[in-house]
This record gives sequence, C-alpha cells and structure tokens, in this order.
Amino acid sequence: MKNEIAVLEQKHETAAWMPGVTDVNLRINGEAYELKLQPWVSLLDALREYADLTGTKKGCDHGQCGACTVLCNGDRILSCLTLAVMQEGSEITTIEGIAKDGELHPLQKAFIEHDAFQCGYCTPGQICSAIGMLNENKASSRADVKELMSGNLCRCGANTNIIDAIMEVKEGGNHE
Amino acid sequence: MSNRPSIGQPISRLEGPMKVTGSAKYSGEYNMPGLLHGYVVNSTIVRGEITSINTAEARALPGVIEIFTHENRPSLAWFNMQYSDMDAPPGSPFRPLYDKEIKYYGQPIALVVAETFELARYAASIVSVTYEEETFSTDIHTNLDKARAPKAGIAMALKPPPPKPKGDFDAAYNSSAAQASGEFFHGTEHHNPLELFTTTTVYEGDGKLTIYDKTQGTVNCQLYVGNVFGLHFKDVRVISPYVGGAFGAGLRPQYQLFMSVMAALELKRNVRVTLDRSQMFSFGYRPPTIQKTRFGADSDGHVTALNHEAFGQTSHFEDYTEVVVNWANMLYPAQNTLFKYDMVPLDVFSPLDMRAPGGSTGIHAIESTMDDLAYKLKIDPLQLRLINYSVDDVSMDRPYSSKELRQCYLQGAEKFGWDNRNPEPRSMRKGNKLVGYGMATGIWESMTIPARAEAIITKEGKLLVSSAVTDIGTGTLTVMTQIAADELGLTMDDVTFSYGDSKMPFAPIQGGSFTVSTVGSAIKAAGKALKKKLLKKAAGMSHSPFKNIEVEDVIFENGNIVSKQDPSVFISFVDIVAGNKGKEIKTINFSVPNVLKLKKYSRAAHSAAFVEVEVDEELGIVNVTRAVTAVAAGKIINPKTARSQILGGMVWGISKALREETITDHNFGKYMNTNLGEYHIPVHADIHELDVIFVDEKDEIVNELGSKGVGEIGLCAMPPAIANAIFHATGKRINQFPIHFDSLL
Repeated sequence: MKNEIAVLEQKHETAAWMPGVTDVNLRINGEAYELKLQPWVSLLDALREYADLTGTKKGCDHGQCGACTVLCNGDRILSCLTLAVMQEGSEITTIEGIAKDGELHPLQKAFIEHDAFQCGYCTPGQICSAIGMLNENKASSRADVKELMSGNLCRCGANTNIIDAIMEVKEGGNHE
Repeated sequence: MSNRPSIGQPISRLEGPMKVTGSAKYSGEYNMPGLLHGYVVNSTIVRGEITSINTAEARALPGVIEIFTHENRPSLAWFNMQYSDMDAPPGSPFRPLYDKEIKYYGQPIALVVAETFELARYAASIVSVTYEEETFSTDIHTNLDKARAPKAGIAMALKPPPPKPKGDFDAAYNSSAAQASGEFFHGTEHHNPLELFTTTTVYEGDGKLTIYDKTQGTVNCQLYVGNVFGLHFKDVRVISPYVGGAFGAGLRPQYQLFMSVMAALELKRNVRVTLDRSQMFSFGYRPPTIQKTRFGADSDGHVTALNHEAFGQTSHFEDYTEVVVNWANMLYPAQNTLFKYDMVPLDVFSPLDMRAPGGSTGIHAIESTMDDLAYKLKIDPLQLRLINYSVDDVSMDRPYSSKELRQCYLQGAEKFGWDNRNPEPRSMRKGNKLVGYGMATGIWESMTIPARAEAIITKEGKLLVSSAVTDIGTGTLTVMTQIAADELGLTMDDVTFSYGDSKMPFAPIQGGSFTVSTVGSAIKAAGKALKKKLLKKAAGMSHSPFKNIEVEDVIFENGNIVSKQDPSVFISFVDIVAGNKGKEIKTINFSVPNVLKLKKYSRAAHSAAFVEVEVDEELGIVNVTRAVTAVAAGKIINPKTARSQILGGMVWGISKALREETITDHNFGKYMNTNLGEYHIPVHADIHELDVIFVDEKDEIVNELGSKGVGEIGLCAMPPAIANAIFHATGKRINQFPIHFDSLL
C-alpha cells in the first residue's frame, strides 16, 4: 500500500519543492487543447481532469489494466504511463474521437451487437486498443488477437464477446 | 395486432452507444467547478493506536486545503448503528476516522484535500504517523481454536443458518458402501471492479448534497449519509447511473463516500475522493474459508449421508456470514445430515459479499466430493447426479417452485460431448497435454424483496418508469424497459426507464441475483396500476365507450386501450391524457412478495457446467479449452444480456479455480499483491470456447415474471467442474484454490 512510500518520503527534511504550472498544448481528436498543468500530470489525468474527456478510464494508474488506452499518432499507448508534457505535438485520439460525424466506428457497432461489455468501464480502452492492434497488422488468427489484446483486462468476463466483436471487424476488413 | 413482446428477445443494451463512445459518465467523471480532490492515508500497522499524526509538512504545501484525521474531524453520529446499512452484518459497523484505534491493516486514518489530485496524493505521502502496535492475528489456519457460531441478526433473513442435523450421520456414513471426503481451502479474493471507488460530492448549499457515488444502492448510501452526518434524507441525493463493475463491492457504502461527504460539508466545497488500486484492497473481500466434507452412498450410488462443515473469517467488529454448507441437501436427498458453519474473528476488516458469496465456495466442496464419490463407486459423475436427482428440496422438506436441472444435465452433456469421455484418469491426451473432462452442478437461491416503482403516461402517450435501482452492468436498464413496455403493450421506443438516483422510488441494493425479480415485479405492479388508472380515466370521459368495463375486458396495445369484444372500440393514451386536462397519469406502487405463498416452496436457479481442460504434463499449466454451462433460471427476459451474465460468471469460475487470490503475509498482517499485475484475473488469452444454454423452465411461483435472476448462477458450477476436470486429466485431486501449476508437478 502507499504508506510504504510514506515511510520513504518521511526522510525528506522539507517539502519545499513543488512543480510549477506550465502551458501544455495537446492535439486531441483533431482539436487543439491549451492546458495549464503541472509536469507531474499524466496524459490520463490531463484528459480526464483538465480536458474533461472522461471517456478514457483509470483502472489502476500503473499500466496494468489497459483501461486508459488511447491512440497516439495511431499507436495504442497507456495514457497513465506517459506525462501530458511529453505528448506535445502528438496526435492523440481518445474514445470520444473514434466515431466520425455521428457515425459509430465498425468496432463500436460490433461491440454493441456482440454485447462485448457489461459495466462498460474497460470498453473505451478495449476499442482503442483493438484499433491500434488491427493497425499493427500482426494478428493473423483469433489466438493472435487474444494474445495481442491481453493487456486490456475485463473484469465482467465479456472476453469472448470482445474477441468475437474484434474478429468480425478484422474479417470484414473495415477497420481503417 | 399487438406489439411483439420484447421479453424473450435478445435486445442489445440500450446504453451501448453511450458506453462505446465514452459518453457514459461514471462517478468520478463529473468535473464540477472548483472541485477539490481528496486522497486517503491508510494505516501501516494491523492493530494498535495512533500516537501521532504529523500533517504540518503536508499542510504547508501550497494548494493543500485541509487534512482530516480522527483528531480534527467534525463531530459525527455517536451511535454506531447509525453507520449501519442494508448489507451490514450483525455487529458494530466500522466508523472511519472515529478514534485513534487501528483495527486492521490499511484502515483509512486521514484524508488530504487539495486543489489537484496529484498534489493530494503527494501530500498524503508526506503525512507521517506514529503508532503503538499491538500483537495481532490474521491467519484463519492458526486460529481455528477461536472459531464460534455467528451471532444472530436480521441478515439471517437472506442468509439462513445451516439446516439442523437429520437422522444419524455418523452411523449412516460409517455403514455406507462408498465414502468420499475432502478438506478444502479458498484464499481471500477482492472484487476488483475495473472502476476505482470514487465519490464526487457536490455541495449545493443549505446543507444539501448531490453525491455521485460508485455503489450498488443509491438509497442505501443516501440513508447512510443522512444518518452519519445528521442530514435530512431529502437533502441527500445519491446518483449512480453508470457503475464500472461492483460484484458486491458496492453493496455497502465504502469509505471514500464518507470521506468525500465529510470534506464537502466541512469545506463547503465540491470534493472528489478516489481510491487507488491498492486501496481497493482495504475494505470488504471474499473471506478465506476452510471446508470439510464427508459423503456416504449405498452401492447403487444413492447418497445417504452428508456432512459439510465450514470455517469462515470475519472481523472483530462484525459477524459476516455466508451460506456455504446449506446447499448439499438442497441438491441431494440424503436423510442423514450434519452441517456446521463457524467463524473465526481476526484482526481484519469485515468480509463483504462477492459474486455468488458462499455458494461459489460451498458448491466447490460439494461437487468435488461428489466427483470423488463417483470414482469410488465407479459410476459416471453425471450418472451419479441423475441417480440422486430430487424434485424436492429435502433440506427444507418442500418442493421447488420449478427445477429443470435434469434438462441442464442432459442438454449440457449433449452439447459438450460428455459421451466421448473415457472415465479413466490420465487416459485422454492431445500431444504433450493431458486432457480432462469434468462436470458439476450449480444452484443459487432466487430471492425477491420489496421495492417501489413509478409509472407515468405523458401527454405524448409515452411511458416513463423509474426506480432508484442501479445498473452495475447487468443490463438492468434494458431489461426493465422490456418489462415495462410489455406490461403496457408498447414498443420499447415508447418507454423511458430512469434509474440510479435516490430521488426515485425505493429500490434495495442491487445484488443476490434479485434485481429482475424485485424491481421487475415493482415495475409490473406499477404498470398494472397504471392500466387501471388509465381505464378509469377513459371511463370517466364524456361519451366513453369504456364505462363499466373492467381491465380484463380490454387490451393495451400500441398506446391504445382496445375493447376485447369489439376491437374497433378504442381510445389512445394521448386522448386519455388530453381528457385529463393534459395532466400526465401517474402511479407509484410498492410490490411486496407474497411470503405466505412463497414459503411453501424452495426457489432456486440451477446449472450444470461441463469443462475440458488441457494440462501440460511437464509444466503443470492448466488451460480451460472449452466449457458449456446449461442454466435453468425460469424466464429469461433478455437472452443476450443474460448470456453475458452467464459468460461473465464462467470467466469468474475460471478465475476462482485457477487465478485469483489475495495473498497475506501473516507475519505483517498485510496483503502482498494489491495491484492488478499481481492479483491475477484471466486475460483474453486465457479464455477460450465458452457456451451457454438456457433450458426452458416455467415458474408460476417465484414471481409474476417467472424469472429467477442470473447474476450468480453462471459462477457456481464452474470452479468444481474445473477441479474435477483437472482430476480427470491428471489423477490429482487438488482442493485448494486457486490451483497452480506447482501442485500438479
């Protein structure tokens, strides 16, 4: 638990150091965001707390659950493991930017059709991760897809429906 | 033509588009102006007293607003029962920041409130605490001498104590032709919903609060907050439309709710408190449990003697119980029985119901002992179940309201290909993998409790239905919309179901697989009352063709009341509301189960699980390559969402048997794997072919819908089916969960 950290931190004589607020310019879902935040803010917290894009989820804050997966220049990344200040100039796509002009992405439609979620909390990460995974073009079988999607946990146990949804889109070839 | 009934149709979740686009807002996603962030400090000792908390350094940081501890917290309710809630076991509920006493490792001892989340977290890390430590015990194995019977309490209404002994167990067991026995251990498990527990409290002024909470009971939390903080219930509104999983973790108000509300009231600001993943291990959990079984049968396979005893763990302040040992005689009609359930109080937090509490624990022991008995008798395990099939619940000496378990066995076996099983252990192979087939039975009681619902016909002729119930991902929104639409003869498009708000009519906590039965019945009751009211209004209109006509003489379809006798005679809901001076027609109804009728029957959902495992002979790695679960749960309102519930339960079964466990270092009294990297749950690569069958089952007793609930039943049979398949594959009977490769080498 975090108090182990507390014990270590107790050795600090003073806590005078505090990171200052800086301007961070992010491009998210094709739009420019000018955020004022401290450099210790993760991209995940920048999205959720500063840009009010709460579709990206926090499940562990440690890169262990995949709920915070977003696309960064087309690659899937864990937004909890990168700082917002490191992503200036990147093209960030979150779940809010996946549907185009009100039309759901094929994966979003397939997730609804296959009931590939229950509580819905892992869903944005699963969808962003699946888009990134399909873009990587490394999966040639269902077994590959399962393996390559295994960084995204689903506690409700919708696993088979999630993989069914992704396979339908993969085989349909309409995932961009 | 009447509308096609929506009940029984595989309707996609109505909130699906919200969930796949990220627009569904969970409790930590209401970014209110001036929002403050709280971070909790937890104790690093198990038992003792806080001698000092030094917050000066943390307070000095610019942006830190306040740090609450037991020394400076506001005065709170003094009577401990005011901290009680709908799921509180007998005892004295835990009171956060109440005094300097530490009762368990990870107890919340301070709340840092700051302008940003990062600052609150950092400031919490430099709060220094000194303690006076006392000795403690956290290990159930070494404290069995302290086991005792649980205290009685109202919780027993839903969690009955073990049935009284019957016949002469010892004589029957000792003289039985075949005997099987086992000792079982299940480790601690934590619910770990993917969403972190979060509360956002909006300070509305005038003592009013709007609280976005992660919970399975909006009214439960409303009452808790009102009682603890001395607020009028009407001034406390708890909203929880989207819940990122709960599995029982949200049945009781968790401490982030207390912290968030306390800070908001004291600071007169909006405050959010979010637990981190390791803090998700600092409240309720599925308790570690030790079980012992002894089953005896005659040479034909009839089970004559059943003994099942369990030791559960609880805290020193509450007697948390589970129904672990009551199931064997509900399934198998032995006349000589001995059941016992004791608990061991330790220096830990109270356990908390976790998906299929007690059932998923006890049924493992029962069904693995039955498997063992089948081998002793040289009878096929499925055949042994059929030999001992009972249409009555012998433990209560009453019939089941319905029981199509036989069809679960037969249809499940057929689909799985059980006939292809060579009964000999280690006889089936695929390359260097040993292949095993295992099966087991599942059972879960079907409960119904009282609830209210409101139903309104608007001037547009649309139906609005509401209940305070949550939807934790089970499909409640969709299913309740289906029930309401069918009751009024409308399409689902003409119905709006509102939920997840304590301002709406009372609903109990969402758990125990009783939501469809409970809230569904309330909605049906409200719908029926609304129909009567609509007809009465119609009859009261001038020149009404519906004067002196009873509700039985009309049908409600497509937004009209139509005479059965003469279908050309009808009136639309729109016209009825217009005739009511444009005022909507509204009813609020309370539905209470008919206890006198229900108590003549046992009511339960049943299942049979069939599992194939492959076990790597050299490495001991187990893979559940395919599984079929056949379920008899009465009427399935929505086969799509219900199937997902069963699939989820099956994945939980795989997880319970093979993956998840919170490991305690009893030297330190603390958990060692409080993160999702080391608390293992299945990933996509671990889950293979899963199949679900719903067998037809008509039930006119259980409730008016004939529906038994499916939240738990998918989990109950899977863990023993996996353990039994591993025995078949390897010849090793492993009774300790989770089963790891090292026990198979």
